[in-house]
Amino acid sequence: MKTVVIQRVSGTGVPVRGNDIDTDRIIPARFLKSVTFDGLGAHAFEDDIAALNAKGSVHPFRNEKYAGAAVLVSNSNFGCGSSREHAPQSLNRWGILAIIAESYSEIFFGNCVSLGIPCFTGSHEIVEQILGWIEANPRREMILDVAETTVNLDGTVLALSLPVGARGQFLDGTWNARTQLLANLDKVRDVAATLSYFSDYQ
Amino acid sequence: MGKNLYAKVFDRHAVEQLPSGQYQLLIGLHMVHEVTSPQAFAMIREAQLGVPFPNRTFATVDHIIPTTKNERVRPLADTMAEEMLVHIEKNTSDYGIRFFSPEKGEQGVVHVVGPEQGITQPGMTIACGDSHTSTHGAFGALAFGIGTSQVADVLSTQTLAMSRLKVRQIRFTGQLKPGVYAKDVALAYIHKLGVNGGVGYAYEFAGEVIEGMSMEERMTVCNMSIEGGARCGYVNPDETTFAFLKDLAYAPKGDAWERAIADWRSIASDADAEYDDVVEIPGEEIEPFVTWGITPAQSVGVGDTLPSPAQFSGSEQQVVTEAYEYMDFQPGQQIAGVPVNVCFIGSCTNGRVSDFEIAAEIIKGKKVADGIRALAVPGSMKVKNALEARGIDKIFVEAGFEWREAGCSMCLAMNPDKLKGREICASTSNRNFKGRQGSPAGRTLLMSPAMVAAAALTGKVSDVREVIK
Repeated sequence: MKTVVIQRVSGTGVPVRGNDIDTDRIIPARFLKSVTFDGLGAHAFEDDIAALNAKGSVHPFRNEKYAGAAVLVSNSNFGCGSSREHAPQSLNRWGILAIIAESYSEIFFGNCVSLGIPCFTGSHEIVEQILGWIEANPRREMILDVAETTVNLDGTVLALSLPVGARGQFLDGTWNARTQLLANLDKVRDVAATLSYFSDYQ
Repeated sequence: MGKNLYAKVFDRHAVEQLPSGQYQLLIGLHMVHEVTSPQAFAMIREAQLGVPFPNRTFATVDHIIPTTKNERVRPLADTMAEEMLVHIEKNTSDYGIRFFSPEKGEQGVVHVVGPEQGITQPGMTIACGDSHTSTHGAFGALAFGIGTSQVADVLSTQTLAMSRLKVRQIRFTGQLKPGVYAKDVALAYIHKLGVNGGVGYAYEFAGEVIEGMSMEERMTVCNMSIEGGARCGYVNPDETTFAFLKDLAYAPKGDAWERAIADWRSIASDADAEYDDVVEIPGEEIEPFVTWGITPAQSVGVGDTLPSPAQFSGSEQQVVTEAYEYMDFQPGQQIAGVPVNVCFIGSCTNGRVSDFEIAAEIIKGKKVADGIRALAVPGSMKVKNALEARGIDKIFVEAGFEWREAGCSMCLAMNPDKLKGREICASTSNRNFKGRQGSPAGRTLLMSPAMVAAAALTGKVSDVREVIK
């Protein structure tokens, strides 16, 4: 597998305000009826988009202002619920390369690491500041630095965080863990041999 | 200080620490279903990787499968569903993985099939591309949901890169009141600790209430760990666990059984085990809960009124306001008396034999209220057969329920079982998210099977203790 180091992500932002935005909302279950991830980008937030449309409002994912955005910003517990990798796959296929939120569900966070999408966290105040900045500057690029765990908003540098492990994986290109896991297969067999249920019970 | 079960099981499965600080963790049991696996098989095919431990992966079909006999005739009318079914049949056959198939009558929801076959055992690490894998923790296993790329990791290496979690013991003291069930216990800890209170933690469920529970009840409690943000939840294995497993198809037999029991006893948390946090919830304080909003923490006791947004902290208020808008409920209104359109008993949370026994006792000889669509969907064909052998299906049918074949059904509505429009569903499932039950505007009220049975008879949210008087 090719090693791709992710040191920084830059691009415009898209503000998706709210807590507890679950993966059913990111990609409704009916779009999981497929044996590939193809085409999911077009359906990201589909039901939220339709619900806002019906009220005469527009979801950030359909707002021209934010077209082409690479950084999604949301509040707490983003990506909770179902383990469906279809959720980060759909965001990624829409164009999202990094996320900033107050917190994430663990399964969603892990899925994003596997796909090379850094998920930064920031305090409520900092996230609100970033959301406000994007809304005021929808066409301006922000720069996310993985090593420094910061976001640069036109010269204003704000501190974010990223778990040390994930940060290291992006920086050394091992965010897709499979190559490392495969390298230890002999050792895996050794550990399995110490566990009676791998052999004894069947 | 002693060790807790999480630490013991994690340590014996740790292959090595990775440069990232995570651990390469051996996965003892891998469960697979049709929705999150086809892309994973495609990934390992493309990379020309094998499956080194095919006998440690088990598969079934649950999410997309229709639950009426007519709709299950192959090929399925839904061509996409048929394609997914064909893929899991071919993938499991190509790699030598055991598939619990509908044709052989052994299919069911993945988290019902593993336990009922004795595949799920204490001391295992268990992964599945499904967040409700936490269910298997009821046996004293570390069981957690993973994404599709990680399904490919497990298929090709039998391991995952995992961080160690902290452990919070949630101790349920005393006794539950009559009319209060395992589902209410689950809704209670989520209500108390919030939908993200468990992020970074494994939950150890303990105390007299849990010790007195059957395995099926413990599975309901562990199933909803993820709804509280905890990726896994577990109960220490005990005599109840061993009695459940004895003689099941995949349980160890003879001398191996004796060795297994000794091993399983040893992995339970030590009496002086350390925890990162301990929370106590008195069993007597738990009411029959009903969710009123769009997260599983937005619940009230059936006798209560809906809360004012002002009762919540600043950042929570937005979700509360959003919930009121979506549900079209008002702060201060009683939850009891809210009319429902659909009643659903089933899912990996409450689709086991005892769930249907409890509901059957309440509906026996009575009729579902006019205009109510009521579905009873066993969690597996084995559950269905066991209930039919005792005539329990007839109680449901005579009361006006539709008695179905096994599957996830209306928990997430990837099959033909869906809400329509703004319908309200009294549901034994696990998620009341917006649009979860198949209609983008549909509304879900989570509750126990007993409470769903009461709602079916009365056509509205009702206190089951009043209904059975």
